[in-house]
Amino acid sequence: MKYSYYPGCTLKNKAQDLDHYARISAEALGFELEEISEWQCCGGVYPLGTDEIATKLSSVRALNDAKEKGQDLVTLCSACHHVIKRVNDDMKNVDDIRTRANNYMALDEPYAGETKVLHYLEVLRDVIGFDELKKKVTNPLKGKKIGAYYGCLLLRPGKLMAFDDPENPKIMEDFIRALGAEPVIYPYRNECCGGYISLKEEDMSKEMCRKIEKSASGFGADMLITACPLCMYNLNKNNGDNLPVYYFTELLAEALGLKEEVEEQ
Amino acid sequence: MKTEKNRAEMIKEISGVNPLKCMKCGKCSASCPSYNEMDIKPHQFVSYVINEDIESLVNSKSLWKCLSCFACVERCPRDVKPGKLIDAARQIVVRERGNTYLDPDEIPELIDPDTPQQLLVSAFRRYRR
Amino acid sequence: MQRIGVFVCHCGTNIAGTVDVKKVVEMAAHEPGVVHAEDYAYMCSEAGQEKIHKAIKEKKLTGLVVCSCSPRMHETTFRNAAEKAGLNPYMVEIANIREHCSWIHKDMEEATEKAVILMRAAVAKVNLDAPLKPGESKVTKRALVIGGGIAGIQTALDIAEAGYPVDIVEKTPSIGGRMSQLDKTFPTLDCSSCILTPKMGEVNAHPLINIYTYSEVESVAGFVGDFTVEIRKKARSVDMNKCTGCGLCQEKCPSKKSLSEFNRGLSTRSAIYTPFAQAVPNVPVIDRDACIKFKTGKCGICSKVCQAGAIDYDQKDEIITEKYGAIVVATGFDMIKLDRYDEYAYSQSKDVITSLELERIMNAAGPTGGHLERLSDGKAPKEIVFIQCVGSRCADDRGKSYCSKICCMYTAKHAMLIRDKYPDTNVTVFYIDVRTPGKNFDEFYRRAVEDYGVNYIKGQVGKVIPQPNGKLLVQGADLIDSKQILKEADMVVLAAAIEPNEGVRKIATMLTASIDTNNFLTEAHAKLRPVESPTAGIFLSGVCQGPKDIPETVSQAGAAAVKAIGLLAKDKLLTNPCTAHSDELLCNGCSQCANVCPYGAITYEDKEVNDHGIRETRRIAVVNDALCQGCGACTVTCPSGAMDLQGFSNRQILAEVDAICR
Repeated sequence: MKYSYYPGCTLKNKAQDLDHYARISAEALGFELEEISEWQCCGGVYPLGTDEIATKLSSVRALNDAKEKGQDLVTLCSACHHVIKRVNDDMKNVDDIRTRANNYMALDEPYAGETKVLHYLEVLRDVIGFDELKKKVTNPLKGKKIGAYYGCLLLRPGKLMAFDDPENPKIMEDFIRALGAEPVIYPYRNECCGGYISLKEEDMSKEMCRKIEKSASGFGADMLITACPLCMYNLNKNNGDNLPVYYFTELLAEALGLKEEVEEQ
Repeated sequence: MKTEKNRAEMIKEISGVNPLKCMKCGKCSASCPSYNEMDIKPHQFVSYVINEDIESLVNSKSLWKCLSCFACVERCPRDVKPGKLIDAARQIVVRERGNTYLDPDEIPELIDPDTPQQLLVSAFRRYRR
Repeated sequence: MQRIGVFVCHCGTNIAGTVDVKKVVEMAAHEPGVVHAEDYAYMCSEAGQEKIHKAIKEKKLTGLVVCSCSPRMHETTFRNAAEKAGLNPYMVEIANIREHCSWIHKDMEEATEKAVILMRAAVAKVNLDAPLKPGESKVTKRALVIGGGIAGIQTALDIAEAGYPVDIVEKTPSIGGRMSQLDKTFPTLDCSSCILTPKMGEVNAHPLINIYTYSEVESVAGFVGDFTVEIRKKARSVDMNKCTGCGLCQEKCPSKKSLSEFNRGLSTRSAIYTPFAQAVPNVPVIDRDACIKFKTGKCGICSKVCQAGAIDYDQKDEIITEKYGAIVVATGFDMIKLDRYDEYAYSQSKDVITSLELERIMNAAGPTGGHLERLSDGKAPKEIVFIQCVGSRCADDRGKSYCSKICCMYTAKHAMLIRDKYPDTNVTVFYIDVRTPGKNFDEFYRRAVEDYGVNYIKGQVGKVIPQPNGKLLVQGADLIDSKQILKEADMVVLAAAIEPNEGVRKIATMLTASIDTNNFLTEAHAKLRPVESPTAGIFLSGVCQGPKDIPETVSQAGAAAVKAIGLLAKDKLLTNPCTAHSDELLCNGCSQCANVCPYGAITYEDKEVNDHGIRETRRIAVVNDALCQGCGACTVTCPSGAMDLQGFSNRQILAEVDAICR
């Protein structure tokens, strides 16, 4: 199975781990991530203004690239996934945006939301299957109590992201179970870490991260996992309780017995 | 200079929100993680737009405290989604030349060695034209 | 050639304000067949009808066109007026120049042009009208009530008291419905079962009422006055005639882990069970999915302990076919599922419950014996938060667009009862609006606030956050004090929206009764015919028509009964003469008409026909006038044009179209 893959800028730089572990695990699980050539930054946030077109074009380019190859598009970073998924929805369902974006793009064939956008976790759940994943785990993470931290971008708006129940998700918990560890469900797992606000309002983000970590450790978590480099940054920076935070792909690689291999690289 | 009426219409257009659908239940303000930092509360954004008091909105602290976390967007039972109104008001400010909340000259002081690219990109998108 | 009179109504300014009625009269005079045209302020008034009467007599009219409101409003009025003057009532056509014209237009010129066109089409139709005579059909003097809750019980009692036999079909093992699950009732706080149980007993004992519990309507055929209904009596596995209701079988049944439907899943029941102690009939059923005997073949304990020999494992579903003159729908409601509102943590914490679950917890016969306690640890809650409008008044697709109407009052009731019985427990209610229209209702709510100290906060809750210590952190808004509140609670109660019971759409389809997008049955007229379905002979009782509380339900149940009695009291009904007929010479017996007929009115016969001198036997469609409702589905389906509808013939429709396009 071959997918188009959109890594995004952070995964090429500060979040290289998220990317590396994902690629090597994909290989072991029998699917291939083919990086889109000359992709451009998604912009990090989805432009809420209904009149913005230019800020959506880089997503459209990536989506169209995948369409031309006849592949589904896989993303990893929560922000990229959010932006690309929503832009794809616009291209499919909002006539005005589709027309104007295509006017800019001047493609051979107009793009109308044909590409299916999948988050890496969705590939694990819907294509590989968590049961199958469990069979391939060679190094089960027994005894680890892991809190899944979803944040905002993967889940909301629930209707558009169609990722999981936005108020009571379970995909990451099922993932944790598949790796042989024990998921810890805590109510702040879908509350915001502060996001980009931490740049200028550090204290606000600190307060939010503190609540998240207190809630998670209160319910017995030894560690958190996330799919978002910015959540990772905020949580780490404001970590009061020494609750380590990992990218979910790192634990995946570890459970598949691939972690050393990556570290050697 | 645009009139308040123009600017209210602009906010409605940019956001795609019809503020008259609001039933004043307050679920947005009940959900907002930034509530305590905001001078104009999420549910009040709706009535400020209805009453065409945009000057207060564009000068509010709230514009820069909204996380765009979509909690209000997700939970609004009336399809009003105040987060979109806040974002539209912010757009009105940053689209006017010079009115930005983030200056590139500030950046060196704000970042550290771990700052992910995603943070800068997102902040620039939300705070500047 | 017809002699047609055209009468144009002003309807005060309703029509005349937008349509130039004089112009319509003037134009009418030029239409073929028209010998008289006039206008008047209110054609439906006595004086207006007198004008029609006079014109028929003086001008020897053979047909009428009345340009007025919708035929649904006054067609009967004008047909009766025509008949009084000696004209066949089916020689009257209505041109709807109000709803279809004046009310939807602003520009007088355009509206007048359209009114003239509508008048012209009606004249074209009258020119081809022929006198019609309605037939007669019988009335079966027996009523069917679907649903055995308080609505169905009251309707059945009222019909039976008037002397007509009634059957109640109830799908659960007992009648009683939602009301039997409630603890106390507002605004008087009397015990729900204390006032319901006598009525259940009365229904059970009434010589004219027959109850089919654990039964469902399987099919409905026929029409007003003469419905044929098949009822599926599901296999109870217990002989109703032998069982004495001693309860020993339930006590001894080893399979006790099924969730009790009656207790909303908060307790368990045996596989052989009656839903609650006062069940009517007091005869258990075997839940075959849970019964060990049915699952493994081994067990049979209930049969061994039953002194009466009532257990019958071989019992089969039984289909009963019965005729009814009237059918009352009283299918009731349930609460919406809360799986799309998990910000309130309903599926994450046992201590977040619905109001109906709280009713069971407060009830002495409920899962906790009437003690208010947390389901997680059995501790008495000291802080309780109520959240209103969960899934009601929503503009998104998560919830319902309507107000569920009963929640404000039952929440005030719950709050008051808790404060009364457990004075050291604090009660907070988050509300959007408190809606208490009803006799003594607002006073009741104010008592909760003023006498019982219930803390009402104007604002909604955003999230319920379970805490590691088992408490629930409620994050809400106080819009009056402009605060975001974080309140630690021991229990959270959700006023979930109500919705029509599952399966009502299937019943509505069988009855050809119209139903809205929320699955509430539609009334014939929102104000003037609120308890009748637009489908003749079908009546509506209780929440199946819209949210309502017990007093309203009982009122409506009585009203539905009166309407049903009014129908049953008649010996015969006039049938609509606008039925379909097939032309023997054109029909080729293809069966397409029978396939589309919703009333099963078309059959086929081998008939000898004389086609231009050639005698042969052909298969030909025959319409049963008593069953045909004149819907016209067959006429548009018939490929050879053999089917035609009296009063709406193909020629007439085309003449109307020609007149419009002229």
